Amino acid sequence: MWEYTDKVKDHFLNPRNVGVIEDADGVGEVGSIACGDALTFYFKLDENGKIKDATFQTFGCASAIASSSALTEMVKGMTLEEAKKITNEDIAAYLGGLPKEKMHCSVMGRDALEKAIGCYLDEPEKEVDGEIVCECFGVTDREIERVVRENHVSTIEGVTDYVKAGGGCGNCHDRIQEIIDGIMGKERPVQKKVPTLTNLQKIKLIEESIEREINPTLKKDAGRLDLIDVDGNRVLVRMGGSCAACAKSPVTLKHYVESKLRELVSPEIVVEEVQ
Amino acid sequence: MMNVIYVDNNATTMVAPEVLEAMMPYFSTYYGNPSSMHSFGGDVAGAIKTARENVANLIGAAPGEIVFTSCGTESDGTAIRAAIESYPDKKHIVTSRVEHPAIKNLYESLSKKGYRATFVPVDGSGRLDIDYLYNSLSEDTAIVSLMWGNNETGVLFPIEEISGEVKSRGILFHTDAVQAVGKISINVTESGVDMLSLSGHKLHAPKGIGALYIRKGTKFSPFMIGGHQESGRRGYDAVSRLRDKLEHALLEKVPNAIVNGDPTSRLPNTTSIAFEYVEGEAILLMMNEHGICASSGSACTSGSLEPSHVLRAMGVPFTAAHGSIRFSLSRYNTEDEINVILQELPPIIERLRELSPFWKEAMEG
Repeated sequence: MWEYTDKVKDHFLNPRNVGVIEDADGVGEVGSIACGDALTFYFKLDENGKIKDATFQTFGCASAIASSSALTEMVKGMTLEEAKKITNEDIAAYLGGLPKEKMHCSVMGRDALEKAIGCYLDEPEKEVDGEIVCECFGVTDREIERVVRENHVSTIEGVTDYVKAGGGCGNCHDRIQEIIDGIMGKERPVQKKVPTLTNLQKIKLIEESIEREINPTLKKDAGRLDLIDVDGNRVLVRMGGSCAACAKSPVTLKHYVESKLRELVSPEIVVEEVQ
Repeated sequence: MMNVIYVDNNATTMVAPEVLEAMMPYFSTYYGNPSSMHSFGGDVAGAIKTARENVANLIGAAPGEIVFTSCGTESDGTAIRAAIESYPDKKHIVTSRVEHPAIKNLYESLSKKGYRATFVPVDGSGRLDIDYLYNSLSEDTAIVSLMWGNNETGVLFPIEEISGEVKSRGILFHTDAVQAVGKISINVTESGVDMLSLSGHKLHAPKGIGALYIRKGTKFSPFMIGGHQESGRRGYDAVSRLRDKLEHALLEKVPNAIVNGDPTSRLPNTTSIAFEYVEGEAILLMMNEHGICASSGSACTSGSLEPSHVLRAMGVPFTAAHGSIRFSLSRYNTEDEINVILQELPPIIERLRELSPFWKEAMEG
């Protein structure tokens, strides 16, 4: 039995905004009956270019239905620019979290939203983007790379949880591992943990880790991290670029930056943001 | 707590009150070791002897042919491993594509360790391709293991017919009868199987008790594990009547509902029904809101992204496989409970179909 939050249960048992918008401005269809879940997402804009109405139809499990329902509630009142920024993590967070094995439901929501916006902007429907890695669920290397980078997934099981790749016959596991290694390996600093560090060495290692490991990742979201000071194990940083304005930056700081520095420099590291 | 309507008895069953009562003294008063050289322990040995006789009677075996294990999976593993160890030169093992994971996973693991495993296919009704089975057998075949009753669809394989043919070729025959024992009449002496697995918790005994029948004279000396079990064969006519009522009425009330599996050869308590264009977990959780406990495919495979290997082996289309629900009844189910399911389930399917992007399309197309 899955441990669903009350919010997931509520959106599953009482889904909001079910149905079709006949004269929709944007429609996004993702998934298929063969894959076990599918979502069609519709939106209609008002005269100011804000989403006035959003609806969905979903075939899938409780968390697929809840993620779709949550998405329609989240986007209402947003401009397309704002809606574009919604990530799968945002959808999961709106629901108070999803079991990790069900994160692919939130990814499906984000994909449908992206497709619907693409449809409105009349962007040509992307042909299969990249090369198919997982034959069972039709997942490409691009999709796997994206989840490894954006969701900081580092295992095959993690990839399966987010995009289903590898959840069928298992023949693609080696290829998925290669993709993970390719991304993780490339960004891993040469120098690994050093047992005892002088203050100077520690500062240098922190600087290197930020430059080689952390900033390249943050850069993908147009973000940046500047090292301000190191006081013992306290690392003082300033978030720059889009991180500065991002409501999620405290989460990034604790979950990603701090754990990376603890892994690469010292398990005692505490990261603090200075304004 | 909400009233629970438990129709998931192929997953596990309630401990029967008379079983609990019979066992209670052995947790407190009679806790001796049956092998001890004092009568305090010896009394327990007497109880085990009775338990062994009861299990033997249930399947028409002699008490000496019953080995207690901790579960069905251990019985299956013991049988298969014993068989291949007894014939170290034979490297071919045979089973079907719709087995319980206890056998399926073991065969897959052995096939990576130098054994050649044949997984015999089934047709759309879940019936075994018997010609395929016979054609696969050779002098190199160590064992054939086939389930008697399928846990997901209830489909019965013609074990008596098959075991005769397999054994006539000098090959050991094992059957996983975990779902069949107690539900249909089984006589191992007449059916001629060499080994048979059964499990207590599928027939109203507690979890943690299984048994393996090993025909006397089978080239295999088992180890022994203690355990007690008391169970009787009860008529399943009443259960089968309720199952039929549930199945017929659901097919009548819900459009695009299909029974998975051969209705002419099936366990009396089981029905697997596919509700097209909706997804099983959603159905289960909505039924759960009404206290109805059923299952979608096999509980062992929940959490997997793909529909059950049994339904896929049968070629059930994806439109139906994802929405397949298994109802498995017991003698504790009542007519009133079946009526509640018949009242609550059709609107759930209707509601989920309204949510589904495929339903309207399918109806119009």
